[in-house]
Amino acid sequence: MAQNTYDAIVIGSGISGGMAAKELTEKGLKTLMLERGRNIEHIKDYVNANKAPWELPHRGGKTQQMIKDYPVLGRDYTLNESNLEYWVNEKESPYTEVKPFDWFRGYHVGGRSLMWGRQSYRWSDYDFEANAKDGIAVDWPIRYKDLAPWYSHAEKFAGISGNRDGLPQLPDGDFMPPMEMNVVEKDVAARIKAKFKNRHMVIGRTANITKPHHNRVNCQYRNKCWLGCPFGAYFSTQSATLPAAVATGNLTLRPFSIVTKILYDKDTKKAKGVEVLDAETNKTYEYYAKVIFLNASALNSAWVLMNSATDIWPEGLGSSSGELGHNVMDHHFRAGAHGTMPGYEDKYVFGRRANGIYVPRFRNLFGDKRDYIRGFGYQGSASREGWSRDIAEMNIGGDLKDALSEPGAWTMGITGFGEILPYHDNRIFLDKDKKDKWGLPVLSMDATIRENERKMRVDMMQDAKEMLEAAGLQNVNTYNNDYAMGGGIHEMGTARMGRDPKTSVLNQHNQVWDAPNVYVTDGACMTSAACQNPSLTYLALTARAVDHAVGEMKKQNI
Amino acid sequence: MNRRDAVARVALIMGGTLIGGDYLLTGCGPASTDKTADKGKGQAQTNGKLADVLDAKQVAYLNEVGETILPTTATPGAKAANVGGFMAVMVRDCYTPTDQEAFVKGLDQLEEVSKKQNSKGFLESTPEQRTALLRALDAEQKQYSKTKSIEAPNHYFRMMKELTLLGYFSSEVGATKALRYLPVPGKYDGNVPYKKGDRAWATT
Repeated sequence: MAQNTYDAIVIGSGISGGMAAKELTEKGLKTLMLERGRNIEHIKDYVNANKAPWELPHRGGKTQQMIKDYPVLGRDYTLNESNLEYWVNEKESPYTEVKPFDWFRGYHVGGRSLMWGRQSYRWSDYDFEANAKDGIAVDWPIRYKDLAPWYSHAEKFAGISGNRDGLPQLPDGDFMPPMEMNVVEKDVAARIKAKFKNRHMVIGRTANITKPHHNRVNCQYRNKCWLGCPFGAYFSTQSATLPAAVATGNLTLRPFSIVTKILYDKDTKKAKGVEVLDAETNKTYEYYAKVIFLNASALNSAWVLMNSATDIWPEGLGSSSGELGHNVMDHHFRAGAHGTMPGYEDKYVFGRRANGIYVPRFRNLFGDKRDYIRGFGYQGSASREGWSRDIAEMNIGGDLKDALSEPGAWTMGITGFGEILPYHDNRIFLDKDKKDKWGLPVLSMDATIRENERKMRVDMMQDAKEMLEAAGLQNVNTYNNDYAMGGGIHEMGTARMGRDPKTSVLNQHNQVWDAPNVYVTDGACMTSAACQNPSLTYLALTARAVDHAVGEMKKQNI
Repeated sequence: MNRRDAVARVALIMGGTLIGGDYLLTGCGPASTDKTADKGKGQAQTNGKLADVLDAKQVAYLNEVGETILPTTATPGAKAANVGGFMAVMVRDCYTPTDQEAFVKGLDQLEEVSKKQNSKGFLESTPEQRTALLRALDAEQKQYSKTKSIEAPNHYFRMMKELTLLGYFSSEVGATKALRYLPVPGKYDGNVPYKKGDRAWATT
């Protein structure tokens, strides 16, 4: 038993789990990080990262076999041959859908930190105060000032490039030098600023470093981040938190370790450890620790808690409020506009910027009032068309080839990422009739967007068109494509923080009310969704929670 | 492709300003849920590897079709990139049985149209005759694609043209000779001068 005992256990090795492991080990705790999938070694295992397009047999496309094997992944751009091995095996790990739910998972060391979009934005008090002001769900138990120093802490370590734009709804951070807008984006931004009050187009803030940082090489502008970066230029577990944790000598990483439950001790009213199913051998192990960080990703962290049922809480650890597994949120997107920019034929770009522009939220702020609450931000970029464009007057022949060998017109598209409200009825639960490869119950998804989101999507289209047209783009077309929950890959809310154990799963320090030495600091903890990409907030919350946990351990409170 | 690129691409397609090229048939085709689709002859497997749908003769023929679509100019043409061989891989691995069948049949149809129009097969035709023939077929496929139902197979010439464009511009020859390929730019400049004739970047 002694060799199975650690100071801390971290369940999951993605963005927040990696941060928890780094912070815990740096504070001197012997830490075991459990990862359900295989190991992926930094650089060495990024097998396609340095391949040219012609070295991929289908040039990055998808085969019929892939479509058959990955029915969920195939619902979006995510299914492609260049990084297929980073996505979960859907046959081994199925789930059920009461309502359509797109769940894109990465079951390996690093989790989705390897494939994430890297957009990194602070939240503001407009977000933390929103539930209280609107009188919906429950109030966040924290405010911006509680998190601000931890945002700084996370940004300084991760390396976030961005511009200090001075916008109250998108607080500035401790940034690396920003990436640059291209010539068309700069002009569009200036025109939007001139024509709209409170609407701003800024360069995206991204977890790609723009100068060398902690043995990592700055971004080389290859725009192949999703294959794994051989330069370590974007923040991932592999490039950043794992090497920092390993360097302390305090980390043990155990891949192929499915945590089936957290072991609750009725006498101490705390967790004493976890049960692990070895994914390769099917053998069961127990590991013990004083503190447990649950970072299995929003839905799987809820799964671990639900699967940790005891006779005290038959619905799972942390279920006493009745909110565990409820309030599923995401960001709804795929509504926006696109157009063509006349002119600029004598302008082009050098390099491939793994970043775009961002339009922070402007709806329902600064006196604006719509027939829905909350708002959305836009992401997008301007670029010159490539060879895949249609040239109506040229069908076949040398003139076509030569024309397509040159860049085409400048185009620009923006798409909204909108806030989804925390609805109690949007929930996930254990489907005990369906089992995964290891005989464990799978998750069932019952969540959808509702009236508030549908109304917002109309603005997401129309505002995009209005802004692009005002900025001089022509032939502006709007779109509002199907969106199903989960598609934003920003799952949140299944074990929310709150001020009252009767209505929330976690307290203001991310401790499970029912077992205070268990901290949940991934997307599960979110009380509302805002509309900014959430990962930076998970990093900040995680660092803050570790600081709290270590303090509590010193005081012998946990 | 990352999400922003994917979104932009969807926007392009949905906006209707772009037809053909990459990721339409090969990259963004709907997932097949029709179980009968598994029975297509092209899906026969030997030792876990899919059987070839096209033989060497057909590959050579498709290289000539490709060369007519994207001929040698100041830069090498589609044949130099072996787009025929690329088509064989893509049709075998990426196409639905319905489209596979339409593609293979299309080779015969193309030959028939050639005989009807020029009184000789495609390979025997002059470059001018080949070009005129494929121009007519391209107009035909555009018309067909506008009105076809989702279930109906794609027009064989649309598939041949798309695979030629994709196969050529993403090949080593196309990416490095017709276009400019730079694996590690090392920096970004969003405002560089461009003059007519400068080649486009091969990757975005």
